[in-house]
Amino acid sequence: MTRISWCNAAAVAAAILVSSGAALAQAEEPIRLGEFNSYTGFAAFTLPYRDGWTLALEEINEAGGVLGRPLEVISRDDGASPAAAIAVANELVTREGVDILFGTLLSNVGVAVSDFARQRKVLFLAAEPLTDTLAWSHGNDYTFRLRPGTYVQAAMLAEEAAKIEDAVRWVTIAPNYEYGQAAVAAFKELLKEKRPDVEFVGEQWPGQGQIDAGAAVQALEAANPDAIFNVTFSSDLARFVREGEVRGLFEGRTVASLLSGEPEWIDPLGAEAPEGWIVTGYPWYAIDTPEHDSFLKKYQERFDDYPRLGSLVGYIALHSIALAMEEAGTTEVEAVIESLRGLTVESPIGPVTYREIDQQSDMGAFVGRLTVQEGMPRMVDWRFAPGSEYLPDDERVRELQGSD
Amino acid sequence: MSRVLEVRGLAKAFGGVRAVRGVDLDLQAGEMLALIGPNGAGKSTCFNLINGQLQPDNGSVRFLGRDVVGLPPRRIWRLGVGRTFQVAATFASMSARENVQMAFLSHHRRLRRLVGYAGDAYKQEACDLLERVEMRALADRAAGVLAYGDVKRLELAMALAHGPRLLLMDEPTAGMAPQERRSLMTLTSEIVRKEGIAVLFTEHDMDAVFSHADRIAVLDRGEKIADGRPEEVRRDSRVQASYLGSFGAQS
Amino acid sequence: MDLLLQQLLTGVASASGLFLVASGLTIIFGVTRIVNFAHGSLYMLGAYLAVSLIDLFGGGHLGFWGGVILAMLAVGLIGALFEITVLRRIYQAPELFQLLATFGLVLVVQDVTLLIWGPQDLLGPRAPGLTGATQIFGLRVPVYDLFLIAFAPLVLLVLWLLFNRTRWGILIRAATQDQQMVTALGVNQKWLFTGVFFLGAALAGLGGAIQLPKGDANLHMDLQLIAAVFVVVVVGGMGSILGAYLAALLISLIRVLLITNAQLTFGGIAAWQMELVSMFLVMALVLIARPWGLLGRREVASDQRSGTPEPRLRPADATLRIAGGLLLVVLLGLPWIVGSYFLSVATEALIFVLFAASLQFLMGVGGIISFGHAAYFGLGAYGVGLAVRHWGMSMEVALLAAPLLAGVGALVFGWFCVRLSGVYLAMLTLAFAQIAWSIAFQWIDLTGGDNGIIGIWPPDWASSVTNFYYLAGAICVIGLLCLRHLAFSPFGYTLRAGRDSPLRADALGIDVRQHRWFAFVLAGVFAGIAGGLFAYLKGSVSPETLSISLSIDALVMVLLGGVQTLTGPIFGGALYSVLKNELISLTNYWRSILGLIIVLLVVLFPQGLAGAAESLRGRLGTSR
Ligand SMILES: Nc1ncnc2c1ncn2[C@@H]1O[C@H](COP(=O)(O)OP(=O)(O)OP(=O)(O)O)[C@@H](O)[C@H]1O
Ligand SMILES: [Mg+2]
Repeated sequence: MTRISWCNAAAVAAAILVSSGAALAQAEEPIRLGEFNSYTGFAAFTLPYRDGWTLALEEINEAGGVLGRPLEVISRDDGASPAAAIAVANELVTREGVDILFGTLLSNVGVAVSDFARQRKVLFLAAEPLTDTLAWSHGNDYTFRLRPGTYVQAAMLAEEAAKIEDAVRWVTIAPNYEYGQAAVAAFKELLKEKRPDVEFVGEQWPGQGQIDAGAAVQALEAANPDAIFNVTFSSDLARFVREGEVRGLFEGRTVASLLSGEPEWIDPLGAEAPEGWIVTGYPWYAIDTPEHDSFLKKYQERFDDYPRLGSLVGYIALHSIALAMEEAGTTEVEAVIESLRGLTVESPIGPVTYREIDQQSDMGAFVGRLTVQEGMPRMVDWRFAPGSEYLPDDERVRELQGSD
Repeated sequence: MSRVLEVRGLAKAFGGVRAVRGVDLDLQAGEMLALIGPNGAGKSTCFNLINGQLQPDNGSVRFLGRDVVGLPPRRIWRLGVGRTFQVAATFASMSARENVQMAFLSHHRRLRRLVGYAGDAYKQEACDLLERVEMRALADRAAGVLAYGDVKRLELAMALAHGPRLLLMDEPTAGMAPQERRSLMTLTSEIVRKEGIAVLFTEHDMDAVFSHADRIAVLDRGEKIADGRPEEVRRDSRVQASYLGSFGAQS
Repeated sequence: MDLLLQQLLTGVASASGLFLVASGLTIIFGVTRIVNFAHGSLYMLGAYLAVSLIDLFGGGHLGFWGGVILAMLAVGLIGALFEITVLRRIYQAPELFQLLATFGLVLVVQDVTLLIWGPQDLLGPRAPGLTGATQIFGLRVPVYDLFLIAFAPLVLLVLWLLFNRTRWGILIRAATQDQQMVTALGVNQKWLFTGVFFLGAALAGLGGAIQLPKGDANLHMDLQLIAAVFVVVVVGGMGSILGAYLAALLISLIRVLLITNAQLTFGGIAAWQMELVSMFLVMALVLIARPWGLLGRREVASDQRSGTPEPRLRPADATLRIAGGLLLVVLLGLPWIVGSYFLSVATEALIFVLFAASLQFLMGVGGIISFGHAAYFGLGAYGVGLAVRHWGMSMEVALLAAPLLAGVGALVFGWFCVRLSGVYLAMLTLAFAQIAWSIAFQWIDLTGGDNGIIGIWPPDWASSVTNFYYLAGAICVIGLLCLRHLAFSPFGYTLRAGRDSPLRADALGIDVRQHRWFAFVLAGVFAGIAGGLFAYLKGSVSPETLSISLSIDALVMVLLGGVQTLTGPIFGGALYSVLKNELISLTNYWRSILGLIIVLLVVLFPQGLAGAAESLRGRLGTSR
């Protein structure tokens, strides 16, 4: 570029700045929200999530915004670590001046941010973390959680598993940290309640992303089980499935598997997805309701891609906050929190209510069996399991909240 | 005169190489004993065995009547054995003076002090000592950039800081000009005689050996083949055959 | 018996995969002495490239193996290119400096891979003809496992022939032993190194491609593998290819054993809890028994150190005093200059500066490389966390628990570490850090596991951003001054003496090992203080404060600033921490930008930032 054209470019840029500034001043000051998630660390799950809330944002602003003001989301990477996430949360709150935050995926990030929210008295809607400590033992007034947690999803699978008469000897395989441990503990407890004859005869605890699948499959096989409960996901799941198939682990056995019906985790397996597994997930291709159809259509038009569970979570999360502010009639934090408690939001998968007792939403999940259709994993024989039927009752919640 | 060093039947093999085989050595206070021999004869190995850097396979080393075999070098140093290396070893990132100050700090057992500036400790003493080895002018140079002969002198100063009773000097004048050589050897012998220090040194320069050593021990392939006053050694036929031949002819 | 055989086969098959990647790393290290952090990234690139190429060629025998081989060669070329463009410029830099450049590459590759291949895991294609299982003694064994079991020894044999029967290989071995000699022989050392990088990188790529039939290509595989590969290389003895194979076998078999007996408990610890840490335990035990690994050669006593000799340390002169004073004034006035957000960024930066300075004390002054310095930072943080959670201590008291726990940790770990030297020592520190990490991760009742301990906030008087800034800042500045003073104290001089010449130090009555041990403890104490403050800054403690990535961050800060200057950690720590904080909030491409900046700084300032500042000052001084 020559000098002259540089000058021109600068002049043009300045002009744009000035005019847009003027335009901004005319419009209503936007309502700013802070959003952060593991966009670089766990892109497979979080990019669809971002598309989800982006769609919601556009819908809201097209419909005139919230309280007559446009909504603006300031989005950040959370660095996929608690310390980095706290720095980002602090940046959003202190520098950007937002006092409502949503997002996060990893449980330990969610837990750290929820405590930050309590300390700084800002609202935090933990969109995706699965740990139930967020709602119960570590719960606080400033933190809400949208996605159904480990306990609820394990309960759904336990219910299905209990129906299988000849599945008596169970083995479990789960990642070796809180998520896996809580899922296995809940599954064991709930299944034993329904089926006292069930025994658990073996367990495997691979490190997240570190599975030695051959050895793990061998060890499970050696316990000679009737059924397997799986909590591994991501590339661990792929490895587990491949080794299990080659070594015949799944032949004639029941497998119940957490999250494995969610497109983000199962679609990479393509035609190799295991058939017959009982899973929780999101059969976006088969949900036939007007609300979901309209969501699906809009989503596919906008992003030229199909939604994942994360998309749904992002979409509902932002709509929840928008509605809470609308209902509160203000953007003031305490009022929005008050309004979010007990609030019911219409969503593509039906109404979602944030319970007052633990500020956990009763968003449900889909339970069904995996199969492969046209080279892609699909859930069949599925049903929608509303979260309210699986969440512990108030008395139990109080007990859990008391414990640490 | 008291006996400072008494070595008996010293032996060391590296794998198949028997570097030192049954060497006896005796040293009195104030005496300078030259250990000579062709390359690879085992001289440096003897030094390493005496100051504890290597453990002998056999034999004893008594220093001031005390058996020192098995002690690490730092303990043997504490007993009063100073040493210079064939390939000079100093603290390259410190100035010459700081190198000597280190020696003083160790001598006074001040190494573990966490407070106070080491650069101020024993500064005067260090300067004085450098003066004695004619290094005063170079006190502030980094040891890493000193000329080879200066490093050797620095090593001598570091050894002297401890007031040693025995000095082990492995080729103290290697790499020096003849003039420099003579002056260093003269300096050394003056100091050791004044303070009654026993010196065991190796040297390839026969001028230096014959003009400064009180006694000479000759090593050949790990064995001591002669030990005596310079003129005796010079006449020794085995020595002439194995090593000194050319030198003997020259003189 | 049958089960045992099956376990053996599984273990040997996993060992094969590990060995392929490790062999490349050990070759690179053996010849160039470069600790290549990017080896995992090359492995990941191998996997992704192979997926794409096999897809392009459309499966079949030719398609699959063609894809694997092409991916391998492509990764080799990438490695060679990196060597030519970046590493070649910095061979003269101080020890370990090249590690920084490879770290920059790791960051860049992560983003580039995401950009090219997208976020979703790509399932690996199966190897045609090697898909099913076969019966051996009535046991089902995957055919591909059998292939891997045979393939690794084959590679081992090829490498052996290469290094023992070709002129190139013999030159490489000579270079491993004596670099000067090779240069003297008139061999062009540059191209020798490039060749080595090509070979090492190609092996990493091959490792990535060859594991596809058992798994996938994903964005985490680089960092998930790298620690294991380093362990294999070190346990085997750095530079020893056969050693790497034996070490891979040892580690894989022990792992299989633990997996098979997952529920077995010893002393309250279940076998599965040991699975991930087992390789680090093995490494620690092997190194304690054999300080140079199974088949490694004893490193030459470090009297002739590689790289340039350490510069002299000089007490602060007038300019430095004025600069320091000005900096202090700026720090004091900062709350009036910047907003409260930047103030918390500055607090974090100060904490990291102290952390980096404690590592610099160990590395620069003591000559002890540590790859696991986060252990003491994390122990400090957990000291605070435990004091608050279990004993409800107030901040004033809890902050004392930080250096205490860190110091005790350093006392124990250091005792073992100072028995080793060089990179082996560094890897032992890493092993201990991982052991500490896995205790924090698995001892849930005590530490809260991966969710950590929350609710660690300063009391009211210190809770405002400004007050906490002053509190943490004061502690950090005092800590920095202490560390600086220590470097000039008799103890600091003694450490430097041991670093400059262990031989001379020993012959001067200095117990080098004991002093290094004390240095370890001191560095641990200061790192612990930083960790304790960090816990209060973040309000929580989690195992990431003990993680490898934090240890690497510390290393990056020290090297970036200049390992041999006391002001280095101030530059490096502040720059890295502020840069990272700012980039994260600016862009989702923060990793590649940070990586590129690091590579650029490395090439521009091979003496580190402080080193560059000092030489600039020197030049200004002489021109005046
Ligand atoms: N650490 C060692 N390992 C193996 N062999 C060694 C070692 N040190 C010395 N040697 C061998 O022992 C023999 C004696 O070596 P030494 O260094 O003692 O000889 P020297 O008399 O000092 O020779 P120079 O005059 O060259 O210094 C030589 O053959 C040498 O190669
Ligand atoms: Mg010698």
